[in-house]
Amino acid sequence: MKNGSKLNNEFEKVFRMVVVTAIIVAVFSLLLGYLIINPNFFDNEMANPEDSVEIILQNDGEDYEKIENGIHVATGFVDAPGMKETIQNCTNCHSSKLVIQNRMTKERWKTTIKWMQETQNLWDLGKNEDIIIDYLVTNYPPREKGRRENLTNIEWYQLKE
Amino acid sequence: MNRRKFIERTTLASITGLVGTEIVYGLKIPRGYVPLALQDPDPFKLFNKDKDMVVLNDKPWNMEAQAHLLNDKVTPSSKMFLRNNGLIPEEIDLYSWTLTINGESVQKEKTFTLKELKSKFNTHTYQLTLECGGNGRSEFNPPAKGNQWTIGAVSCAEWTGVRLRDVLEDAGIKDDAVYIGYHAADIHLSRNPEKEPISRGVPMAKALQDETLIAFKMNGEDIPLAHGYPLRLVAGGWPASVSGKWLTEISIRNKVHDGPKMGGTSYRVPCETVAPGEKVADEDMCIIESMPVKSLITSPKTGAILKKGQKLQINGHAWAGELEVEKMEYSIDFGSTWQSCTLEKPVNRLAWQHFNAEVSFPKKGYYEIWARATDSRGKSQPMLLPGWNPKGYLNNACHRIAVKVA
Repeated sequence: MKNGSKLNNEFEKVFRMVVVTAIIVAVFSLLLGYLIINPNFFDNEMANPEDSVEIILQNDGEDYEKIENGIHVATGFVDAPGMKETIQNCTNCHSSKLVIQNRMTKERWKTTIKWMQETQNLWDLGKNEDIIIDYLVTNYPPREKGRRENLTNIEWYQLKE
Repeated sequence: MNRRKFIERTTLASITGLVGTEIVYGLKIPRGYVPLALQDPDPFKLFNKDKDMVVLNDKPWNMEAQAHLLNDKVTPSSKMFLRNNGLIPEEIDLYSWTLTINGESVQKEKTFTLKELKSKFNTHTYQLTLECGGNGRSEFNPPAKGNQWTIGAVSCAEWTGVRLRDVLEDAGIKDDAVYIGYHAADIHLSRNPEKEPISRGVPMAKALQDETLIAFKMNGEDIPLAHGYPLRLVAGGWPASVSGKWLTEISIRNKVHDGPKMGGTSYRVPCETVAPGEKVADEDMCIIESMPVKSLITSPKTGAILKKGQKLQINGHAWAGELEVEKMEYSIDFGSTWQSCTLEKPVNRLAWQHFNAEVSFPKKGYYEIWARATDSRGKSQPMLLPGWNPKGYLNNACHRIAVKVA
């Protein structure tokens, strides 16, 4: 009984080794096969430096889609039609904060885009121009302020004597 | 495979996946540049700023102070507003950094290393008021385009450097010189190396003033990177955009300097006043020179609640561009009556002046303390917004704080 069990164990070990070896060989052959088809697999970066970018990741990617209370958290933009086009075309060069703090009429948003195209290397927005201007003037229109506003957002505190 | 390695092998396709949208011009992103969507720097740590500073813009970086942060007589770097037109230079090599004096009206083009500048010319130190031309823009109606500064884009730090005049004279100034223009190492937002974010200047008379410095120290230390390290032109009393950071070149021009942000609506206002919102032709716009008279109540912070009978000490600063402030007053009844403040002389020309007063309140209620400075030519701050202009410059309306007596 004892001897028979030992023999069985030995047999199992050998069998396992054969299986593992077969898997390793299979993986390597697949890899080799792939390398023959695509010899640049390992030096992808060297071969195509143009489309590889070294980045340091500080945010988790999925957070970028997050909307809270109707606001796109990552940029602060109002979540409304045209937001995607605005992010794509406006936040490459400058911050979304610059857009959000401004209030303009349709005509003045248009003039601002034209100014950026003339002096700041902004590309032709094509069919997106109207989408973006509509988004801006709907969500960031001018607000009547008069000649001097009331003081607001005062945080009251007891002043020590 | 560690995280860093994984990150380095990330390709554009996968970044696009993370951002969730197509990155337009993605292939032009330089190596090592972090797309803004993936950036989460802490600007307060990055620039060593007080936690109460307000970020207006993160590309380019723009931050302003709140009135109560500016209570120091000399503004520390942590409370100094930050205004950038472009991106902060990424590599600064002190040993190879040079300043070149050139232009149509230079007698002989000359280049100085930092060491040469510091050893060849006498060093001078002045406290100089620098205020952004657009400080107060947020109050204009109709609104003006740009960073919506409230009141905190002003500072008065102690600057140390050599006189611009000494350096220009060393190279030689031709008789036909009218203006100087600076060039600097900052990077255009489009990252196009052919483009300068900003290149402004001043007429020769301002360039040749004693207090116009090529500075290498601020408050006794190397100028912080975000404020122009290693060299900055400092011309107090004028829009701070004239005080070019990361200075590499000064051109002596035989005409008004024509660099980016010298024309159009940039740092220019209608030569004659216009109605709010009116269109102004280019030729009717004039370059801003001296900043107007203005003041800030820096203590207490707005929102103080006092007990009945409790007296209130107020203090702050006042400045008047090229001029001196001659009179400082406050009102607790919306300008019906004005009381005078104690006003100190400036430490030197173009430094802001300190004021203080003890305020009593007749009875319980809500009050606003309004501050009004008057310059040496008799011009006072308006209580309402001054003349509208397309880009919302020169808002020197009275500052006020809210107080309750309970």
